[in-house]
Amino acid sequence: MADRIKLQVTRYRPEEELEATVQEYEVPCPKEWVVLDGLNYVKDHLDGTLSYRWSCRMGICGSCGMTVNGEPKLTCATFLSQYGGGPVRVEPLRNFPVIRDLVVDIGDFMKKLVKVKPWLVRAEEKPQSEGEYRQTPQEMDEYKQYSMCINCMLCYAACRIYGLDPTFIGPAAIALAQRYNLDGRDQGAEERLEILSQHEGIWGCTFVGECTEVCPKHVDPAGAIQRYKLTAALETVKAFVMPRGGT
Amino acid sequence: MTEGVPHTRHHPRWLRPRLSTYWWLQRRSYFAFIVRELSSLAVAWFVFYLLALIRAVSLGAMNYERFLAWSRNPAIVVLNGVGFLLVVYHAITWFKLAPQAMVVHVRGERVPGVLIAASNYALWVVATLAVAWLLLRT
Repeated sequence: MADRIKLQVTRYRPEEELEATVQEYEVPCPKEWVVLDGLNYVKDHLDGTLSYRWSCRMGICGSCGMTVNGEPKLTCATFLSQYGGGPVRVEPLRNFPVIRDLVVDIGDFMKKLVKVKPWLVRAEEKPQSEGEYRQTPQEMDEYKQYSMCINCMLCYAACRIYGLDPTFIGPAAIALAQRYNLDGRDQGAEERLEILSQHEGIWGCTFVGECTEVCPKHVDPAGAIQRYKLTAALETVKAFVMPRGGT
Repeated sequence: MTEGVPHTRHHPRWLRPRLSTYWWLQRRSYFAFIVRELSSLAVAWFVFYLLALIRAVSLGAMNYERFLAWSRNPAIVVLNGVGFLLVVYHAITWFKLAPQAMVVHVRGERVPGVLIAASNYALWVVATLAVAWLLLRT
């Protein structure tokens, strides 16, 4: 294995240029180095002007998502050695506006995330004296997979629907809505249905399935959306057959 | 458009790369998705073909013979052949989706996705055999 590898990094310096350019750097390539280590080497030793996001370096914070050799990846979990002798192409996440170099604007995602109320909604809280809301392991298994989402937005970068129609609420937001819908302690499913059953919600998805393929946490957002389509369709039929809610 | 507008701290000029028109050729899975979407046309074609067949039968033997002659046209044979392959592909993608969309519990245990897909395929085989028996019995 080569002891050095070339990184071809997308640069965008808005105060200097109108379009993105590519800059090549040569970095060491020990077998334990990930793409993020390569970028950190560039920042520390070769070019301090390079901008990118990162934090935990262990696949938890979800902030170091970038496009590596055309694939949306967490750069802290993508080893340089898997690209042989390189070069490794590092670009910003697709489908998002680029602020600088590898830094994208995530404002649109943050706004959409809040819309689906990704928290426990209760009509009425029981008094603390009655204790906690208990769950069985089986009840937790219902939503646990969706709770693994780290908001890294790789699914948005892979989603062609979001790329073509940015009004689409997107895979992670819907998966997180499902995380709470399937939680026995939550009572907000009806409120979320209003948001998710719009055209920009679940019905915007045509099941390309790439969101699930690129998810580093195996959340399966595509599955969450298809599952919710079934729920929404049943709710619509129920509302039609029993317009007064069965009373 | 932001070209030519100066970048300032409070009015940043962001880069908004446009999605290529040929995005569906850039990855195998995107191409497979487009083929799946187009295979809906083959489903529509077979619905039309079936309705045309029913109409020909209802109008008598002469019309039915004319329909069969039309169906023997090489262009229609090719169309039906390609359409059949696309419909099979459409069905397979549908069965692949089923385990992701359906969550079934039996005695409190979640049924594995493989079993849900297998039950769909089993139903498909049973339906095919039933139709074959209906058509081939003499």
